[in-house]
Amino acid sequence: MLDTIRRLVEEQGRLSVAAAALRDDADLYASGLTSFAAVQLMLALEEEFDVEFPERMLNRRSFASIAAIASCISELKPEEVA
Amino acid sequence: MNAPLDRGATVVAAAALHADDVDRRGRFPAEAVQALKDSRLLSLMIPGELGGAGAPLADVAELCTMLGHQCASTAMVFAMHQIKVSSLVAHGMESEWHRDFMRRVCDGQLLLASATTEGGVGGNMRNSVCAFERDGDMFRVAKEGALISYGAQADAILVTARRAADAPASDQRMAVLTRGQYRLERSGEWDALGMRGTCSEGFTLSGEAPYAQILESEFADIASHSMLATAHLLWSSVWYGVASDALGRAQAFVRKEARKRFDGPTPGSLRLAEASTKLQLMRANIVEGLKRFERAKSEPDDLNSMSFAVTMNNIKIGSSELAIEIINHALLITGIAGYKNGTPYSVGRHMRDALSARVMISNDRILSNMSSLLLAQRIDARLGG
Repeated sequence: MLDTIRRLVEEQGRLSVAAAALRDDADLYASGLTSFAAVQLMLALEEEFDVEFPERMLNRRSFASIAAIASCISELKPEEVA
Repeated sequence: MNAPLDRGATVVAAAALHADDVDRRGRFPAEAVQALKDSRLLSLMIPGELGGAGAPLADVAELCTMLGHQCASTAMVFAMHQIKVSSLVAHGMESEWHRDFMRRVCDGQLLLASATTEGGVGGNMRNSVCAFERDGDMFRVAKEGALISYGAQADAILVTARRAADAPASDQRMAVLTRGQYRLERSGEWDALGMRGTCSEGFTLSGEAPYAQILESEFADIASHSMLATAHLLWSSVWYGVASDALGRAQAFVRKEARKRFDGPTPGSLRLAEASTKLQLMRANIVEGLKRFERAKSEPDDLNSMSFAVTMNNIKIGSSELAIEIINHALLITGIAGYKNGTPYSVGRHMRDALSARVMISNDRILSNMSSLLLAQRIDARLGG
């Protein structure tokens, strides 16, 4: 799951560094993620994982790092964690 | 009785006395701002432990409206100052330097301005070209082409820049620079249609200061937690003052006409009724927004949410559009008496001042941002309450 998220961050995040070089807990905003790129990323994650982010996850913290995104997805789709 | 609002009465009188001259000459409303300082209203929102009045945003909003009745420029200077204060209160309480600075704001009634835009970012304050360049315990910053309202009159300026020389454009921090720590070089004048007293001139700002003066929070958080919300709420409160005063003048005109004739309502009186609907919408929008902001302050998740950002943006869009519709109605009602300057029914300055509302952070930019947020945010189908 982390690899898939990292790929989507690379495609949608418009970061100033390669997503492959980022640690799971690296701050995506410090690497240039904007709130608008975060929305694009969210749409791509919804499509890829077939989930819908609920209102309570639509905040800055949910997209702060690859690990934070993974924890949201795991919560929405427990079976993916295995 | 509300003591801060009582103290506001003398400021409102000073603003009223000089409003025409401020507008005509495009000069800073020095008398009204001095009255704000004398009444200790510049520290209205700073917590009591640091020497301020610890007032809620709703009190500040009420004063913005009261001032907006008389002099939109004074009201906007007051609003913009309080927006900077709100950022310090929300994000500077953990830092000794910023706590001490807030004490200085109280003691000296310092007027705060901000430099958040610059040349090369297309008006987007969430991007910076300049950066805080650290040198030991100090930093340097140089910002070109910044529009700084009352920059020449301010006692301190809150400046945004990239976190460091190698940080991306969106990774920003905000620093306080006090007079003496920065130099301003005027690069553009302010000869504008309205809001002429805000003296929003273009400047090149350069300065250096101790690193401790940079707020620790990311500017993204400062923008979404305090600046965006307080700016949209306080600006809207100013515009409500401008629009309600224009409509008050139109109502006085209709009453005068009605006393002269008894054969039913005049066309103007129907327009008045229609505009009162819009004024009520405008007021409800702002009051509901102030309540939502107070609630959200104790719920970080709500403050961070897209739905909160969308709500605050909608308040700005809604009140800026409604203000112009209301003043336009007032003009139709009062006719030539409203179009002319110097009559009790004049609404020309109201119209010119209110036209700024749609371009102070362009409504089109906000709508475009919101259209992106609305790809994620769900439409709220509840009435709430």
